[in-house]
Amino acid sequence: MANQTTAKSKAAEPAQPIGTMSVIAPALGWLIPGAGHMIQKRWIRGVLLLVSIGTLFVLGLMMQGHIYKANGGDILDILGFIGDLGAGGLYITTLTMNWGQGAIAFAIADYGTKFMIVAGLLNFIAVADAYHIAIGKKQ
Amino acid sequence: MTVHLTHFSAAFVFALFASIVFGITHRETTRDMVRYGLYCFAMFMGGVLLAGWAMWLIRR
Repeated sequence: MANQTTAKSKAAEPAQPIGTMSVIAPALGWLIPGAGHMIQKRWIRGVLLLVSIGTLFVLGLMMQGHIYKANGGDILDILGFIGDLGAGGLYITTLTMNWGQGAIAFAIADYGTKFMIVAGLLNFIAVADAYHIAIGKKQ
Repeated sequence: MTVHLTHFSAAFVFALFASIVFGITHRETTRDMVRYGLYCFAMFMGGVLLAGWAMWLIRR
């Protein structure tokens, strides 16, 4: 009986409302890594994310890594583009400045390409984390 | 400006920053974040060393 009452009250609970922060924090976090946390006053986490993701991306660029543009060709190129896109503002700046366009001439440059893709993918995780904080699923 | 990292230093930098992000995003409390970050870092570097020695053995 008690279980039925609990089940009914759970079913009657309204869905989590979509607040402004649950839209702004992920969007800002995508544009500037860590900003989604900082806007929610998670300063240390935000700064650590900014430094980690930013350093990985910039190091990748300085290692002569290649940046992927939107393409409909090889599946690995498409996945590379999706990974790079995760870096948000860093990716947009890199494209605007026409950086990362050289051919990969040595092994470390290939590592640089992977650094930038991973930086973007890590930022996707950070964006999801910022969203979870905004909806109250995480502290 | 070009940076030339060795294979080991590239793996170290990668492990360090990826572990920080994993620690922050995958755990709830600060203590758990630090512990999980250290665990990820140890796994990354352990994997690098194991793979390195495995390749050395295969080459011989």
